Amino acid sequence: MADRERKRGHQNPVYPGAFRYYRPSTLEEASSILAELGEDAKALAGGQSLIPLMKLRLSAPSALVDLNYIPDLGHIKRHNGTLHIGAMARHADIENSAEASKIPILHDCAAGIADVQVRNRGTIGGSVAEADPSGDWGAVLLTLDTEVHAIGPNGERNISLTDFFLDAYTTALAPGELVKEIRVKAPAKGTGGACVAFKRCAPVYASASAAVSVTLGDRDVCKDARILMGCVGLMAIRATEGENALRGQKLTAKTIEAAAEAAMAATDPQSDMRGSADYKRVLAGALVKRAIGIAARRARGEHVEASHEYVGRI
Amino acid sequence: MSAGFDRIPIEFRVNGKAYERVVEPRMLLVELIREELDLCGTHIGCDTTYCGACTVLLNGGAVKSCTMFAFQAHQAEITTVEGLANGEELHPIQKAFADNHGLQCGYCTPGFLMSSMQLLTRNPNPTDKQIRKAIAGNTCRCTGYQNILKAIRAAADATASSSTAKTPVAHGDVE
Repeated sequence: MADRERKRGHQNPVYPGAFRYYRPSTLEEASSILAELGEDAKALAGGQSLIPLMKLRLSAPSALVDLNYIPDLGHIKRHNGTLHIGAMARHADIENSAEASKIPILHDCAAGIADVQVRNRGTIGGSVAEADPSGDWGAVLLTLDTEVHAIGPNGERNISLTDFFLDAYTTALAPGELVKEIRVKAPAKGTGGACVAFKRCAPVYASASAAVSVTLGDRDVCKDARILMGCVGLMAIRATEGENALRGQKLTAKTIEAAAEAAMAATDPQSDMRGSADYKRVLAGALVKRAIGIAARRARGEHVEASHEYVGRI
Repeated sequence: MSAGFDRIPIEFRVNGKAYERVVEPRMLLVELIREELDLCGTHIGCDTTYCGACTVLLNGGAVKSCTMFAFQAHQAEITTVEGLANGEELHPIQKAFADNHGLQCGYCTPGFLMSSMQLLTRNPNPTDKQIRKAIAGNTCRCTGYQNILKAIRAAADATASSSTAKTPVAHGDVE
């Protein structure tokens, strides 16, 4: 209100613009409100990206549709070999879920996002729907067979995650359509995955990240591999050539080096306050190497801890 | 379609006490706590989700109150730094910070205390690595962190040897 604007206006401009508030009790209702209000309205999930953007007035929606009071959207459960993660599952819920941790790369990612406070609020659905190129979930979920289960004015549908991300901050979601669930198929036997990211301190986005999945067959030969990198392009980048360098090969220092070289060539980083483009490219290569190593050890059944690392590593 | 709100009636509890308020949608939680409830122990530092000075507990979990709207307190139980001490008697985590020089200027301290509270409530005997991870979302520019780590370790050890940790006392009245 005007009073508040006067009170804080000059001394503290870090304050969101005015908006109208909606508190639907079902996703169907949320979807129809968003469809009716149009692009100027935004859904509020965990708010850990949206609220800072609104405070800096980089985003000024005329209405917020709050998804936090809709029941039963935070589940994490396995059904017929597929892990179902409710859109409103917080990163901390996933970090602490024994079911999710059976796919270790999910734990790597969830436990490394920002800090405790942000993980307590931020949601997987919000992160995926925002499609921030520096967001943590995109690259990780793309190493797995992941589907987005969405609900919108025309009903529900499944979208393969590969088809879901269209560009930076752009997804296949139609107006009024919302993420209801993330569905991750349990990886094949002999598969190991790992996500390692590097960031300057806990609360910030990573400077670069690597998410890798490898499937080992007879005599340790790599049957399949997926290599994704985050923060080094407008979307998570899949290093197809890097994967080819591993497929059909034993994972030796030489083949891993070749994969990392190919992955580096696939990056398209921008210089910014997190580092120069050259630095990020080299960092991404180093992270890919490390992630392949951890993924391979996990594929062999070893228990290895991995997550985001930052200066003064903890 | 529901009409939506320009002013939102909310009910919530802070440090065991029940409140009802009508808030503007864009009011931030930290603002509600500091300016409406006059609980100024919760500090605003960076105001951009980095420093953690505004950390409070929401249903037991640490959150940055500068990065939540006031309406998100609806139906929630909030604990601020004012909810820790029992009258003049400091909470063990506060005493540990004082005894171990876990603060200097003190501006970040309420946030560190609340992050420590989530940790020690859920994991009374944390490893050093778990302590470091638990306070990774809090920034201190005075101490160099070593004494903060020492303080949290001391609080964990003290709580392990006695069970004096106090939970906030509930009051009956709604303000």
